Amino acid sequence: MEKQSESTWTRIFHANWFVYVLISPLFLVLFAYVVYPFYQTFIQSFAGDEAFLHYKKFFDIASPANLEALWTSIYISFISVICCALVGVTMAFLLERYNFPGRRILSVLVLVPMALPPLVGVLSFSFLYGDSGIFPRIFQHLFGLDHVPFALKGIWGVIVVHTFTMYTYFYLTASAAIKGLDPALEEAATSLGAGRIRVWTKVILPMLTPSIVASSLLVFMISMASYTAPLMFGVERTMTMQIYLSRTNGNLEMAATQSMILSFVSITFLIIMRWYQNRRNYQNLSKGISVHRSEVSSKKVKIIATIASFVGTLILILPILVLILISFSVDGAWKTQILPTDYTIDHYIALFTDERTWRPIWNSIQMGVIATLGNIIFGVAAAYAMVRLNFKGKTMLDILIMVPWALPGTVVAVNLIAAFSTESIFSFNQVLIGTFWILPLAYFIRHLPLVFRSTSASLVQLDQSIEEASRGLGANWWYTFRRIVVPLTFTGILAGTLLALVQSFGEFVASILIYSTSTIPLSVAIFQKLYAFKFGTACAYGVLQICLILVVLIISEKLSKGSAGTAI
Amino acid sequence: MRSVRIENVSKQFGQVYGVKDLNLEIKAGEFFTFLGPSGCGKTTTLRMLAGFYYPTKGKILFDERDVTRLQPNKRNIGMVFQNYALFPHMTVDENIAFGLQVRKFSKAEIQHKVDRIRGQVHLAAYGNRKINELSGGQQQRVALARALVIEPDILLLDEPLSNLDAKLREETRIEIKRIQSELGVTTIYVTHDQMEAMSMSDRIMVMENGYIKQIGTPQEIYHQPKDRFVANFIGETNLIECSIQAIDGENVQVRTVNGHNLTGRKQQSSPSLTHMIGDKVFISIRPESIQLGTGENTLTGKITFVEFTGISVNYIVDFTAFSLKVMLINSYDQIKKIGEDITIHMAQDSLYFLGE
Repeated sequence: MEKQSESTWTRIFHANWFVYVLISPLFLVLFAYVVYPFYQTFIQSFAGDEAFLHYKKFFDIASPANLEALWTSIYISFISVICCALVGVTMAFLLERYNFPGRRILSVLVLVPMALPPLVGVLSFSFLYGDSGIFPRIFQHLFGLDHVPFALKGIWGVIVVHTFTMYTYFYLTASAAIKGLDPALEEAATSLGAGRIRVWTKVILPMLTPSIVASSLLVFMISMASYTAPLMFGVERTMTMQIYLSRTNGNLEMAATQSMILSFVSITFLIIMRWYQNRRNYQNLSKGISVHRSEVSSKKVKIIATIASFVGTLILILPILVLILISFSVDGAWKTQILPTDYTIDHYIALFTDERTWRPIWNSIQMGVIATLGNIIFGVAAAYAMVRLNFKGKTMLDILIMVPWALPGTVVAVNLIAAFSTESIFSFNQVLIGTFWILPLAYFIRHLPLVFRSTSASLVQLDQSIEEASRGLGANWWYTFRRIVVPLTFTGILAGTLLALVQSFGEFVASILIYSTSTIPLSVAIFQKLYAFKFGTACAYGVLQICLILVVLIISEKLSKGSAGTAI
Repeated sequence: MRSVRIENVSKQFGQVYGVKDLNLEIKAGEFFTFLGPSGCGKTTTLRMLAGFYYPTKGKILFDERDVTRLQPNKRNIGMVFQNYALFPHMTVDENIAFGLQVRKFSKAEIQHKVDRIRGQVHLAAYGNRKINELSGGQQQRVALARALVIEPDILLLDEPLSNLDAKLREETRIEIKRIQSELGVTTIYVTHDQMEAMSMSDRIMVMENGYIKQIGTPQEIYHQPKDRFVANFIGETNLIECSIQAIDGENVQVRTVNGHNLTGRKQQSSPSLTHMIGDKVFISIRPESIQLGTGENTLTGKITFVEFTGISVNYIVDFTAFSLKVMLINSYDQIKKIGEDITIHMAQDSLYFLGE
């Protein structure tokens, strides 16, 4: 009785190294599909007889195409940040702090850009404001001009599209910060004799700084990675376009070199972002903050506000309206008229009946589901390990999961090309490039953090004593996980899953570089239809995507409301 | 119902000791309390009994069975958590039934047991409620029912009353004690509230910084505290620094710093104390043991604070080198004012000697 020997299993479970057995699959996946492809690109960028050959070429003053591209990318990103910040923060203030006619509808529509997949967004912008867009033509007809008086193109086209699609990052963080701003602080400042301007510069703006800085870093990073807008507006001298061109010209070493340099910028920004988020302290919100919106009272201001919110509403809603309109137009019939002249519902019928039109949708559904299943398994396991287990290398795990998200899709594609154009053990001795499987893999990697982050967010909120209570009542680990952990984190898991699914369904940037012609995904099909002047079909595809995104947004909204009721 | 034995248990967190060299025996059916300020190691000890921590060193036995490294789900314990840890996605009944489902009871049996325990904790009509539709006190009783319905060998309660308001706390305290004595389950209770500990426990273990200070019945701990920490922590007391002047059989005469002579009984002293003439000792006297007027150990001082609570009148009286808290049962006499003189006396039996 005294010397009860423990079973072998008990000894193994209690061993210090056992936790590393549990987490090793996570690291293996990250090594195989994040580190190894990245390393292959790194090796490729150093290929050649001379050390740093391609890097020397990149920074060669004599042929400045690459340097120009780097500069243009940075320039576009910088201006994009400023424009997005101006629009986003202003919108947040107007909608959170003022009451004016049209505020309600505007506060719903302000998030519309989030429902636009990148490619579809750019598409509708060029239909509206592009060289042969609706608005430039209206003015041309009105004034009887030979040419369109203005058009969205080049670098400024890219910046306008960036502003439209990315100001929401600023809007969301700024309006959250404004909501959290205790009105008592402003009142305190006013009672101490501060005027309106001083309250703004000394109290409000400093408190918004953390959210503005965080959004700036994020928008800069996304702008650097932007590929669709430069592609559609023909700005070839950006980093992403250069990579694409090098790749299509078969200069893989140069593509690898450009990827490495772009990765360097992206990862640097990721690190700065994480450092900044860890450093900043979150202020405690005082309870029960009453939203006090100032009523716009003067008649003049009221009229201006009404007109402005009408114009704003129009700008926000037009991209979707124009997509719907053109999706009903007959392909090839719309030439120089302001609006398409002939309409049909054939495109929608074809979506589900014509095998060739349906095929890309079905491909994308399959690829998206496969990638998302991978994301769920990996994301939930990694989140549980991260939140509940204690092991060395946690930071490493966290960073490795975040890196693929920070990397531009173009770079992810180049990395995969470098790694899986030949057989490797990580692809079970298969060449993946040119097969169906490369795209699900790319989607899986690009959306690695989505399920992980939403799951770990809900896990953190799940008090550990709830799991302990279950264990204490006699449930083993697996039973507890099934009956307690999964149901209670379900909304988190589902939110991440839906997001990953939608993003995979519309992914374009990596797809365009590595799709195989036998299994074309939806986004590439849209792009091809566009170049075949089949605008109607392209837009019908786009409307389908938007509908899907809206469904997901509505479900997520419902979920977050439902879970608020049950959370302790 | 099982007994618990803790043998030489230490728990280390990195370099820091949560508890050190703990030895303890809890009898079957006993209501035993771990009492101490936060960080004293009481919760750590409880979690080792539950199996959420494993001891760095030492052994834990339930009856004669070694459970030191047994997983928590194999121990048959019932635990009530400080925040209750109810499953928010389940109803009251589903919460209570959880442990029974794990044990693979039949549906009918589960329903029967759940209904019975729900009645015992006075929640008969609440079976289908969601957890967030219950008040704090009701949640507390669900947590208790969930822990008890599995008929645990040992019931562990981790500060179960700390989230309730004062009135509810008293009600629930009586309730827990009632259910525990009805079921006769061995119960280990963790608290930092000495009132709770005193009123509920068969025995109390007072802890500080990971060590046991004293184990005893509530009366032993109140009347014969081992040292100044225990005396101060359990109830209110006055500590007066003195030196021993003379020992005459049972009587010990001491002198305070400013020359007051006081006499107490030798048997009324901490076991560790050796009485030697000239030694420095502390006298502990409870505020309620001090009486008005002259008698044994009479002193006169100036009132510096007055407080009327209804049941009692509390004074703080200054004697230049020390001051005493005095609690007099309200007897409808005139209440004295700040600055007035007051004469009090202390029965020789009520003085208690403590060492350094």
